[in-house]
Amino acid sequence: MNEQELRALVERMIVELAGQAPTPQVKGADYHPMEPEGAAGGSGCLEDIAQVDLRQQYLVKEPRNASAFLDLKRRTPARLGVGRAGARYRTATMLRMRCDHAAAQDSVFSHVAEEFVQKNGWTFSQTLCKEKDEYLTRPDRGRRFDEQNQAVIQKTFGQGPKVALVVGDGLSSAAIEANAPDCMQAIRSGLESYGIQPGPVLFVKYCRVGAGDHIGDLTGAEVVCMLVGERPGLVTAESMSAYVTYKPYTGIPESKRTVVSNIHRQGTSAVEAGAHIAELIKTMLERKASGIDLR
Amino acid sequence: MREQLLSVGIDIGTSTTQLVISRLTLENRANPFSVPRVDISEREVLYRSEIHFTPLKSDVRIDGPGVRAIVAEEYQKSGFRPQEVATGAVIITGETARKENAQEVLSALAEFAGDFVVATAGPDLESILAARGAGADVYSREHHVQVLNFDIGGGTSNLALYSHGELVRTGCLDVGGRLVKLDAEGRVSYLSPVIKRLIMEGRCPALEVGRQAQEQALEALAAYLTRALEQAAGLAPGREEMESLLTQGTGWEPPEAAPVCSFSGGVADCIYMPPEDRLAFGDLGVMLGGAIRRSPWFQKGVTRPGAETIRATVVGAGSHATELSGSTIFYRDIQFPLKNLPILKLTAQEETLDGAALAEAVRKKLGWFDGAGALSPVALGLRGERAPSYARIQAVAKGIAQGLEALCRAGCPAVVAVEADMAKALGQAMAPLVPGPLLCLDGVGVDNGDYIDVGEPAAEGRVLPVIVKTLVFHTTQGS
Repeated sequence: MNEQELRALVERMIVELAGQAPTPQVKGADYHPMEPEGAAGGSGCLEDIAQVDLRQQYLVKEPRNASAFLDLKRRTPARLGVGRAGARYRTATMLRMRCDHAAAQDSVFSHVAEEFVQKNGWTFSQTLCKEKDEYLTRPDRGRRFDEQNQAVIQKTFGQGPKVALVVGDGLSSAAIEANAPDCMQAIRSGLESYGIQPGPVLFVKYCRVGAGDHIGDLTGAEVVCMLVGERPGLVTAESMSAYVTYKPYTGIPESKRTVVSNIHRQGTSAVEAGAHIAELIKTMLERKASGIDLR
Repeated sequence: MREQLLSVGIDIGTSTTQLVISRLTLENRANPFSVPRVDISEREVLYRSEIHFTPLKSDVRIDGPGVRAIVAEEYQKSGFRPQEVATGAVIITGETARKENAQEVLSALAEFAGDFVVATAGPDLESILAARGAGADVYSREHHVQVLNFDIGGGTSNLALYSHGELVRTGCLDVGGRLVKLDAEGRVSYLSPVIKRLIMEGRCPALEVGRQAQEQALEALAAYLTRALEQAAGLAPGREEMESLLTQGTGWEPPEAAPVCSFSGGVADCIYMPPEDRLAFGDLGVMLGGAIRRSPWFQKGVTRPGAETIRATVVGAGSHATELSGSTIFYRDIQFPLKNLPILKLTAQEETLDGAALAEAVRKKLGWFDGAGALSPVALGLRGERAPSYARIQAVAKGIAQGLEALCRAGCPAVVAVEADMAKALGQAMAPLVPGPLLCLDGVGVDNGDYIDVGEPAAEGRVLPVIVKTLVFHTTQGS
């Protein structure tokens, strides 16, 4: 692209952005857009950029040793080796960044469908929060239940169960829909294999981790195990954590919680994490401790 | 959490017998907020024995009591007791493995080997252990290159090709320092069958036992052997010399792009630090080393001495034979250690089945091992799946449990070795379906023809030390 073409391109962009034309210095006819880089192909279909495995995408042109760089890339989800166009990212990198960011936001702002909760046979409950905005701005209300929901919880678990299994939407509904059913099934069957009755599963809408403490107060459960959606990032919007606490109560120190994080397709798989959590619950019941007390 | 295991390596080779004692450090590499991932973080050689000539009674028999005396003496010098040793490998390598009484010698050494030690031979395993002892795998991973390790011993050269730290294939050539032995006056005292064949085929100048060996003839022979190595590395054109020296029953395909060549084994010392006297060891070794050093093809390419040379195989056996299973596994009522379990591996297609069809596939495979009417212990090998659904886990568990029913009834433990990280979930799902002992472990790749040994649980019971023994000859082997 020569200087004249560049100037024409910049002017066009200013027109589009600002809605007004500067005094033209070159005629529009001087600008010839470059051929798009093979993306469309002959099929007329665009590639789904969300499907590209970033660990295998290397955009540097004429690299000295591409296979060595790809070897390094396999070990990290970081966006490395993205190349550049002038001083900036290439279009593919920029679009993928925005795509992942949008997916992260979507999973915060969307809800776990009620049919999904029903289909898995979970009992529905809700914290004091009435809607997403309140949930995001008032963490304290995401940790408590009103009287009606308290009754539901007490009826579900009864008094003094060995273990109370809870699924909370947390900050990623996508994480719950992707992982919680398989993980919960693995936990339940694992507990059964250790001779522990798993009992029913409670679903909590607008749930913060601290809601498990209130559930501990209400039921006197020995162990509360909560699967909750993690705050989404750009690597995955589907990462889930399990917070497992021995005899939780409102105000319990955070150090008493045991957490298993990074449960998603590229991290620890849902079923294997579930099997691990089942054994963790068994250990907690035996040693009567969780968090740093368990080490 | 750090834990340490002592590991022994004993290598009874064509020309030398050696022993090392290593310390393996186990460490949880995962952060405290994740599922644990225990790895061997350090492998440190604590004791290296002298290098003894392997005592032989005749050309076809190893002197068992002689070997036993060497091992006993070296244990004493090391200051460690056999009871302290948790894992390791005793291997009989090279031509020695073909001696009549190899198995007998291995059992004579059992008392020194601790509770959990492999006794085996086989060129694939030998190549892998030597390459790892020489550090070829680590070099290839860290420098992102292909490395071809030549472990050149007395009777054979073991080849192992690594790419980016992963094994690509192994091979074996009848190229070694002791194919020809000479007495102090330079007379030929021994010619290996391979050399006799080469002479008969007119490929190299005539040599005769009892006769003075002409220096020129020996140099020509060394040059011929070196050409085979150059061709095996894909450096020199042609493949005739290489193919004439392939160990019987094996194959080798040179890498397409020139690899970094790494040398270990006794002859490697003759490449890098040649003794003045070419008859110093009474064999062809010094001349072979010289021929490799002067080779224009190797000089043009990239070569490096192994991190270990003559001790590469024994260090490999001591420090690198043991792997760890994944850190999420399942076991119940198992009497560890389990030894010499043959692998019964399902095909990728069979693995996609579930329920009754999977059970039938397992039963059919079990038939293979149903020798003499009685079932003997086996381990079922699976590839597994990345992030399977729970329904899938259940279907697999059910199929396997049904398929292994006859085995369990016969009093054998149900042992499943999966590659993908899913053993704990699978084990818990199988637990109510299988009576008696059950073991599900993951993180180990196994194939038909392999045998595995599984040691006592370590790191608070989270992991199992595993040794995979590859005994069969592969022409080309996938990793």
